[in-house]
Amino acid sequence: MIKKLAIGAGLLLSLAVPYLFPNYVTMLAFVWLMVVLSLSWDIIGGQMGYNSFGNIFFFGIGMYVSAVVQRDMFSRGVDRFADTAGDVAVQLTQSEYFISLGVGVVLAAVICVLVAIVLGMAILSMRGHYFAICTLGLGIAAGEIASGINFIGAGSGMVTPLYPEGAGSREAFYYYYFFALAVGTLILLNKIYQSRFGLVLNAIRDDEDKAEAMGLRTTRYKTIAWSIAAFVLGIAGAGTGNLVGFIDPIDVAFTGATFGVWMILTVILGGKGTLWGPVIGAVIFYATKELFWTYLLGWQRVALGLLIVVIVVFFPTGIMGWVRERWPHRFGERVEEGS
Amino acid sequence: MAMLDVNNVSKSFGGIRANQDITLNVPEGSIIGLIGPNGSGKTTLFNSIVGYHPIDEGSIRFEGQEISKMRVPEIARLGLLRTFQQTRIYGDMSCMDNMRISSPDEGGVGMRDLFSSISPEIDEHAAELLEFVGLHSKRWLLAGNLSFGQQKLLEFAMALMRKPRLLLLDEPTAGINPTLINGLIDRLRLANTEFGITLFVIEHNMRVIMNLAEHIYCLAHGKMLADGPPEMIQNDQRVVDAYLGAS
Repeated sequence: MIKKLAIGAGLLLSLAVPYLFPNYVTMLAFVWLMVVLSLSWDIIGGQMGYNSFGNIFFFGIGMYVSAVVQRDMFSRGVDRFADTAGDVAVQLTQSEYFISLGVGVVLAAVICVLVAIVLGMAILSMRGHYFAICTLGLGIAAGEIASGINFIGAGSGMVTPLYPEGAGSREAFYYYYFFALAVGTLILLNKIYQSRFGLVLNAIRDDEDKAEAMGLRTTRYKTIAWSIAAFVLGIAGAGTGNLVGFIDPIDVAFTGATFGVWMILTVILGGKGTLWGPVIGAVIFYATKELFWTYLLGWQRVALGLLIVVIVVFFPTGIMGWVRERWPHRFGERVEEGS
Repeated sequence: MAMLDVNNVSKSFGGIRANQDITLNVPEGSIIGLIGPNGSGKTTLFNSIVGYHPIDEGSIRFEGQEISKMRVPEIARLGLLRTFQQTRIYGDMSCMDNMRISSPDEGGVGMRDLFSSISPEIDEHAAELLEFVGLHSKRWLLAGNLSFGQQKLLEFAMALMRKPRLLLLDEPTAGINPTLINGLIDRLRLANTEFGITLFVIEHNMRVIMNLAEHIYCLAHGKMLADGPPEMIQNDQRVVDAYLGAS
């Protein structure tokens, strides 16, 4: 009951944010983005136990796919193959903008899922460190490759279409975009983690050999899990490109050094393999990071590095893991007397 | 025709010939034992049967079907299951979840599983089997927090949950409190008679295996040394020598 009230109040507050704190809308949109990224990472990193450093790969792909669709769907004579293909800011009418955005987002999600399936068949048979290192290479390689393709602006980046006049505030629109995505992802994952599918992911995490010996089709489950993460990441990427307004291949799209690492840290901070851990971790991490950037300017990266060390050393199982160790009864761990 | 037919199976790891020309069969409904000193190739043979690694020569048939080229999960889905010598359970999940996930998936996999929750029948069956192995009161604890012996019992219950036709048990009594061993023997027998599961058991505890099995195979140095009913094996001079190190 209290939990439901708290969630309800939180939802109402979140909906009212663009009216209450108009100056912080962009920042809070990024908080929701962080929540989405953390939730998506936890599917395979936490629940399935496959530490991936390459989730940012799908984020970047989604971003580019959507941006290209938005630029070219109602083409205004942009020379797509010129060196300046990325520099042109396309001006679209209101309906053109939202139609192309919708198509772009859907296509971004679909392509990310397809890529995840194909790629998954190749690399999901690797385990542990090998999988982690392989995915690390994936994100870095993608950034370098994107830097060499003129069609998407190459190394000098790509500008997303301008937000149309008269359609309200761009920041508020994308705030709600990420808010809806975060809530939708949370509902989806809550459902999945309570199903047999969720249990299979946990089984793969705890002992994949045993899961195979018990006849579970582990490869298929792993591929589906990765596809779900890719689906969410693709939609998140598509929105982020438009929120930032400019896509740099390495600093915005395949941004392994920031979002790529942060989404892992937030999950470790909040608690791997829990539903709410990534949410809590993302919010706390983002708030801390913003404070560092504001009050410790110049030393912000040092402070962030220290924070990371503190997280790993003192919260190895995360906030939710720590809570669970202290109050296992709250999580249903109990011995039944007299039965 | 026997339920499990192993014919002239050989397996080497580099220069070590772990199994040489092994032939044995497990008739349906029986309890068959496999003994032998440490390093005689018992677990290697189990691994070969369940498809953990390819065999070099020979054939393995389960209910008439050649399985030596099949992969582990496929063989498991045919109803041939094994438990591990080093007990394997899902440590960070509750005992109930361990059981739930061991229920057969009825061929359905994927998108439908994504949203369907666990059915009450499965929960009921899981609770019954946990009762059967004496872990009912601990069913909401994390499996990793159980003692080693309890984990062995849980693993056994998980195997039963999967409703196998043939169950390969790798040292089911190792690490179990001697006073509990009798109870375990009873349960193994019950699994055989009540649930109709054929058992093929590796065991070092002679008292247990002589009590349990109706036919025993003895391996030594990767070769089949002797086989026969328990009384015969017990008095076989070659078996005694193999165990005591005389040669």
